[in-house]
Amino acid sequence: MTAANVATSWIIAPTILPAITAAVMILVWRRDIQMQRILSVASTFALLGIALFLYSAVSDGETDAYRLGAWPAPFGIVLVLDRLSTTMLVLTAGLALAVLLYAIAGWDKRGRHFHALFHFQLLGLNGAFLTGDIFNLFVFFEVMLIASYGLMLHGGGARRLRAGFQYVAINLIASSLFLIAVALIYGVAGTLNMADLAVKAREVAPDNQALLQTGALLLLLVFAIKAAFVPLHWWLPATYAAASAPVAALFAIMTKVGAYAIIRVFGTVFGDGASGDTLAAVVAPWILPAAILTLAAGTAGILASRRLLDLAAFNTVASMGVLLIAIGQFDADGLTAALYYLVHSTIAGAALFLIVDLIAERRGDALDALVPHNPISQAPIIGTLFFFIALAVIGLPPLSGFIGKLLVLNATYDASQQWLIWAAILVASLMMTIAFSNAGSTVFWKVKGQVTGPTWATARVMPMIVVALLVAASASLAVFAGPMTKMLHATAAQALNTPAYVEAVLGRHDNVEPKRPITTPADSAATSPAPIPAPAEH
Amino acid sequence: MELLVASAIGLMTAAAVYLILQQRTFPIVVGLTLLSYAVNIFLFSAGRLIANKPPIISDADAYTDPLPQALVLTAIVISFGMTALIVVLALRGFLETATDTADLPEDELLRDTEADR
Repeated sequence: MTAANVATSWIIAPTILPAITAAVMILVWRRDIQMQRILSVASTFALLGIALFLYSAVSDGETDAYRLGAWPAPFGIVLVLDRLSTTMLVLTAGLALAVLLYAIAGWDKRGRHFHALFHFQLLGLNGAFLTGDIFNLFVFFEVMLIASYGLMLHGGGARRLRAGFQYVAINLIASSLFLIAVALIYGVAGTLNMADLAVKAREVAPDNQALLQTGALLLLLVFAIKAAFVPLHWWLPATYAAASAPVAALFAIMTKVGAYAIIRVFGTVFGDGASGDTLAAVVAPWILPAAILTLAAGTAGILASRRLLDLAAFNTVASMGVLLIAIGQFDADGLTAALYYLVHSTIAGAALFLIVDLIAERRGDALDALVPHNPISQAPIIGTLFFFIALAVIGLPPLSGFIGKLLVLNATYDASQQWLIWAAILVASLMMTIAFSNAGSTVFWKVKGQVTGPTWATARVMPMIVVALLVAASASLAVFAGPMTKMLHATAAQALNTPAYVEAVLGRHDNVEPKRPITTPADSAATSPAPIPAPAEH
Repeated sequence: MELLVASAIGLMTAAAVYLILQQRTFPIVVGLTLLSYAVNIFLFSAGRLIANKPPIISDADAYTDPLPQALVLTAIVISFGMTALIVVLALRGFLETATDTADLPEDELLRDTEADR
C-alpha cells in the first residue's frame, strides 16, 4: 500500500473538518467567544496538518480520487487529489491560520459568528479545490460565496451594506451564468464529471461544437468575474476596501479560486497540450489581452488611490493581471510561473491588507487616507514591515515578488506578444514603485505633531507578529525559490496532463466494485447531482 | 413547445437584464429573481423537453433525463436563499442610509478625507 492509498480516505477531511467545526461553534459555543477562538485555531491547525499530509502523500506525482458513497465515477461525485489541489489546500490553510491569529486579537468580536462563517468559507474553498465535478464546483463556489457575504458584512455599517449589496448582486449574476454554462455543457456532452468531460468534449458532434464553445466561454466569464478580469473587476476594490482587514486578507485567496478554476478547467479538462482545436484554444486568445488590461487597470487604480485600503484592493487587481498573463501561456513554464506568483501574491496581498489595518488604527481619524497627519506609534516596526511588504507586492528584490515577476517574464520570453507583456509588467512595476513610495512617505515621513496610536503597553503584539510572519513567508519563498519552482514545475506538468487525470479518475485499476445504480432516493437528489448513467440520446 | 419555452427564457432574461441595469435596489432584486427563473428553466431544458415520461431510468426507452431535474432543485434552493439574503441587505441598506440607490455613498466618504486636509 502506497502513501497515496492511505491518504485516499483523508481526501474528504479538508471539507468535513471545517463543516463540523462551524456547526459545533454555532450549536454549542454561540456566545462563548473564548471557546470559539480556541476551537477555531485548533481546527485550522489541524487543517494545515491534514493539508501538509495530503501534499506529501501525492508529492510522488500520483493522482488520487475519492468517490463519495463509493459510486463509481463518472456517476458519482469524485474529489480529486493531485499536486495542484494540495498546493492550493496548503496555501489556504496557511493563510487561514495567519488571518485567524490576526483576527482573534480583536476583530472577531466586532460582529457575530465570525469564526463559524470563517470555517464555512474554508469549507467552500477546500471543496472547490478538491472537487472533480463541474456542478459540484458550482455548489462549493456557492458555499464559499455565502460565507463570504456574511464575512464581508462583518462589523456592519452603511458602507459595508452598500458594497455588500453590489458584491452579492454581481455574484448572483455570475452564479446564473455558471448555471447556463453547466446546462449548455451538459446538454451537448451529457456529463459534468471533469475527467469524463475531458473525454466526451472531444467526441461532441460538429453540429454541437458551437454550443460547447459557448458553454466554455461562459465558464471563462464566470471564472473571470471571480478572478476580477477587466472589465469584470469593478466589484473588487469596493468590496475589499469595505471589508474588515482580516476578511479582506482572507479574500486574497478568493480571487485565486478563479485562477485555479481556469487552470483546472481549461488546462486539465479542456486543454490537451499540442493539438490546436481544443476548447482551451477557443478560450486562450481572450485571456492575454484581458490580463494585460487587468494589470493596466489595477496599476492605474493604485496610482489614483487616495486611501491605503484602495491601494491594497487595486493591488489585488494588478496582481491578478500578472497571474493571468502567466496562466494565458497554457504551457508548463507559464503555469509554473503562475503558480509561484499565485502563492506569492496571496501571501503578499494578505499582508498588505493587514499592515494597512495596523497603520489605520494608529492614525486617529485620518485612518488610512493618504494625507499628512500625526506620526504613529511603533513607527519603526510598522514602517519596516510596510517597506518589505511594498517591496514584495511591487516585485523588487529581495522578496518573492521579484522572483515571481522574473519567472513570468522568463516564461513569456518566447511568446509572440513578448514585447507587449514585458512592457506592461515592467511599466506597471515602475508605476507601483512610485505609488507605494508616495504612500509610504506620506504616512511615515510627512508627519507633524503628537504621536498617535497605542503605546507599547497597550498595543497588541500578535497582529504585528502575524504580519512579520507573512513577510518571513515571502522571504522564504524567495530563499527556497529553487526547490519551490521545481515542485511547481512538476505540479504544472501534472495539471496539463489530461490523459493521466482521466486515467486516475475513471480508471478501473482500483478495487471499487462498479455497481450500477438503478434508482436514486428523491431526497438525495435535492442536495447533490444524482448518480445516474449518462443520459440517453434523444 | 420548444418555441414556447425558448421564448419564455429569452423574454425573462431580457426583462432581467433591463431591471438589473437600473439604479435602485428593488428593480435589481426583481431582475435577479427573474434571471434565476430563466436560468432554472434553461437548466431544466438541458435534459431535452420530453412530456409525460417519468424521470426514472428503466430498460425501456421511455424516460426523461433525471439529472437536470436534480440540478434544478439545487439551483432553486441556492437562488431562493440568495434572493432572501439580498432582500435583507437591500432593506438594511435602505434603513441605514435612507436611500435605495445601489451606488456606494461616495460623497460622505470623501468628505471625511477632505475634512482632514
